Amino acid sequence: MGRYFRDVWEGIVTVLIGMKVTWRHLFTPAVTIQYPDVKLKLPERARNRLYVNMDDCIGCDQCAMACPVDCITIETIKSTPDVDLGLTSVGTKKRLYVPVFDIDIAKCCYCALCVYPCPTECIKMTDVYEFSEYNRENLIYNFATMTAAEAEQAKARLAAYDKEQAAKKAAAAAAAAAVKPAPTPAPSPNPDSKT
Amino acid sequence: MKEFLVSLLQNEILVYSIMALVPLVWVIPFALFAVWWERKISAHMQDRLGPMRTGGWHGWSQTIADILKLIQKEDIIPTAADKKLFMLAPYVVFTGSYAAYAAIPFSAAYVGSEINIGLFYIIAISSLVVIGLLMAGWASNNKWSLFGAMRSAAQVISYEIPVALALLAVVMVAGTFDLHQINQAQEGGILHWYIFRNPFLLPAFVIYFVASLAETNRTPFDIPEAESELVGGYHTEYGGMRFAILFLSEYANMFAVSSIAATLFFGGWTSPFGEALSGPWWGLFWFLGKGMAFIFVQMWLRWTLPRLRVDQLMYVGWKVLIPFAFVVVLGVGFWVMVIG
Repeated sequence: MGRYFRDVWEGIVTVLIGMKVTWRHLFTPAVTIQYPDVKLKLPERARNRLYVNMDDCIGCDQCAMACPVDCITIETIKSTPDVDLGLTSVGTKKRLYVPVFDIDIAKCCYCALCVYPCPTECIKMTDVYEFSEYNRENLIYNFATMTAAEAEQAKARLAAYDKEQAAKKAAAAAAAAAVKPAPTPAPSPNPDSKT
Repeated sequence: MKEFLVSLLQNEILVYSIMALVPLVWVIPFALFAVWWERKISAHMQDRLGPMRTGGWHGWSQTIADILKLIQKEDIIPTAADKKLFMLAPYVVFTGSYAAYAAIPFSAAYVGSEINIGLFYIIAISSLVVIGLLMAGWASNNKWSLFGAMRSAAQVISYEIPVALALLAVVMVAGTFDLHQINQAQEGGILHWYIFRNPFLLPAFVIYFVASLAETNRTPFDIPEAESELVGGYHTEYGGMRFAILFLSEYANMFAVSSIAATLFFGGWTSPFGEALSGPWWGLFWFLGKGMAFIFVQMWLRWTLPRLRVDQLMYVGWKVLIPFAFVVVLGVGFWVMVIG
């Protein structure tokens, strides 16, 4: 019987204690924030959306090879010796055109493995994390700065250069072949003109 | 108010219709904003913010948006449900909870129906709610709904006894069942309220309040709804407007029991300062204010206490509240006999 009354009393008292706790919390400032209006500061090394600085990219393809989910697609075109593509900000000479540099951010797993091998530190993780899209295609980011026409031009130039080089090589081979069987070649009017 | 309307409109039926609709003017906005209020209180008690965006200031119109959404929804009736009962149940529930307002005096000038058995009528008519809940649970043809409805019936029937006994204690002091007269007897300031007039009426109030929580299916006695175990209890299968009506009647019921507590123990529409700040409009203010204060306590308890188990619920009802209620009734009887 004593136990019964003690239980009843304890029931009332503990309810009041609980009410005191919730009452106190009613006036505690909220720990949540109003997200789109207020944002938490990200950690310094937070890994979010990838960014590529194409001015520094040398098209070495190391990031694409490091990517565990193959979300980076790079195509390159060799430049000809007569064009100077300039230097990167760390002083590396650029030798390749990069007409295609696509990152499918929908596939990206934010591991940052592409960031470490980059010799010119041009691919990096930014703190942008709000980039949802209605269309999945919009999540394929095209970083390449070259237009299609420019790429065509570069390709054509390279093809011409390659052809020229091949012709040179063929001519040189032909000349060498002509020299061998006839140790005493007939004097040509202009031996240096090789076209 | 009735006499005034009769002299104004010269038509008794019209007057009665208007009188019947007056509490609705309060109940519907109350239910709308009480839901918002509950969400805000729960959020702040958990150190959150709750709805913040709809309508600008602290999401004040969140529930208006909710109700607009509910009205637009398709009226879905499960194929296996008992169609007629399923459609009828929400209205039975609402009728049960709204009918109680007929005898509650909102102010010195307004009481829906001045019947001399007001309190008795309220106890009787609010039992109709259980039939509606059982109907809803049974007609849904869903085991969770049926569980909820059965629990609700068991709970409400058990807890009606302590409620009736606690109310009986007040009736013994007041000597009448008429809520309006009970209210008038408490006029003249805070010390004339029944809760302070008789030492046995304080436990009577506690018993009434605890049992009324169970009657309105509020936490810690919300096992008929028990979101975490029964999905939603008897209203699991309801959607759209019917769900809105079940919700509305739940909140109407909450205010009904709160206002009965205010009327019987805390002076209803009487001013706590005696003659100062009294009058029909001030009376309305005091009545609604006291009712809302109890609504707040109900919400406060909801976010404080965990849900009781079914056996614990029955233990509290039959082994704690009812014996104590009997003692209170006896004590009040002696007090009235000896001291007056």
